Amino acid sequence: MAKKTGIEVSLGISEAVKLADVDAIAAYPITPQTHIVEHLSELVADGELNAEFIPVESEHSAMSVCAGTAAAGARTYTATSSQGLALMNEILFIIPALRLPIVMTLANRALSGPISIWNDHSDLMSVRDTGWIAIFAENGQEAFDLTLQSFKIAEDHRVLLPISVNIDGFTLSHVIEPHEFLSQEEVNEFLPPYQPLVQLNPDKPVSMGMVGIPEIFFEAKKAQDVALIESKAVIKEVFKDFGDRFGRYYNVIESYRTEDAETLLLTMGSISETAMEAIDVMRDEQGRRVGLLRLRLWRPFPVDELREMVKGVKTLAVIDRAVSFGGTGGPVAGEIRSALYSTADRPYVASFIAGLGGRDVTVKDFMDMAALAEKMEAEGEIHEYKMIGVRE
Amino acid sequence: MAKNFNEMTWKEYSLAFMVTRPGCSAEYRTGDWRSQKPVVDKSKCIKCGICYLSCPDGAINLAADGTYDFDYDHCKGCGICATECWTGCISMVEEDK
Repeated sequence: MAKKTGIEVSLGISEAVKLADVDAIAAYPITPQTHIVEHLSELVADGELNAEFIPVESEHSAMSVCAGTAAAGARTYTATSSQGLALMNEILFIIPALRLPIVMTLANRALSGPISIWNDHSDLMSVRDTGWIAIFAENGQEAFDLTLQSFKIAEDHRVLLPISVNIDGFTLSHVIEPHEFLSQEEVNEFLPPYQPLVQLNPDKPVSMGMVGIPEIFFEAKKAQDVALIESKAVIKEVFKDFGDRFGRYYNVIESYRTEDAETLLLTMGSISETAMEAIDVMRDEQGRRVGLLRLRLWRPFPVDELREMVKGVKTLAVIDRAVSFGGTGGPVAGEIRSALYSTADRPYVASFIAGLGGRDVTVKDFMDMAALAEKMEAEGEIHEYKMIGVRE
Repeated sequence: MAKNFNEMTWKEYSLAFMVTRPGCSAEYRTGDWRSQKPVVDKSKCIKCGICYLSCPDGAINLAADGTYDFDYDHCKGCGICATECWTGCISMVEEDK
């Protein structure tokens, strides 16, 4: 068994970025992401990481600098949260359109207002349609592993797209967890230096970010959409390669005790660990046929895998950590209903919104949601979404 | 002969629609945007070059005799040259439909 090191998850991510031997980091501090880039700036200052650390005056500038360094062919990293992500918004759309493989840790935090520094997924949901690959880690080990894998996925010439690695702010970013680190030799073998397909270079000039007149804009967007959809195959390939090398396998949708399940819960992020506890209680103490799906890959959405994994399931309770105000369901539930609508034997989809702005979602909450979803299914209740854990 | 850029399918463009040949924008003819075109009466031209300096599109070229000619493939017909010309030797004429 490999040696385990107890370290704050943020610092574990910094360690992964250091092992990835990034060339450029541009970031602006924002809670709860700050520890990651703060530690990276120390590593650069101490000469442990040979990279350009570019301090900037805002997140808009941070992402703009990242666009420049990535376009110049540098392995590029940044991290942000919430309002910082919102300030990057304009540039976020441009990065995938330019096919720049930036890796960004997103320490998920509620968007204001009211002002909140605590965790939910409203920040990520606000950038759903920017064209970034979005992936979720549930614990420190996953955050470390997925950060390393993200460079390999993003830089693959069949992909060349940016990735956000999502970790729940505070509940994950600020906790100390056991990590199995990889050695520099292991990482070097898994992740060779970035070989850009095209880069800004005076010896072979190119123009990036040209105007897209109506005659070509639509074709540009089609190409971008196909690139994102097709990245899923590479993501699965890298997951398998990583698992074969290091013994830790990842899937685009993870499942937990789903065998013979009539009811499935579906979660994203670190609350999945609490949900697994709830499944254990319901299975082992109550003999209920419940299981859990943990959505690891949010974009590109794993439609085929989802359809396969809910076959034969009667009730699917989707737990969202964001509100689509005035919409027809939580953002994840809406996606899932849409993915399943055209399938013949689809489960009843209950949409629950829980854990906004750092509100705890407990084992009991998950058990209540499973029971409520089953009741709604039995009664055929027509609903858009229900908020769980709000005082009425 | 390569396809025109506006006839290519989405699969045929370069990665991220990058331009990999410097200066190829000259191949895109903007002259058909024009509704009026500048016409010069060279008998009044004093070869001062103010039209050349004020053209925002670089669509005015120095001729061998020191006067100036218009590049109608790229002139968009903005009329700045006609406004700036000191002797009034440039006039804007409606394009034929």
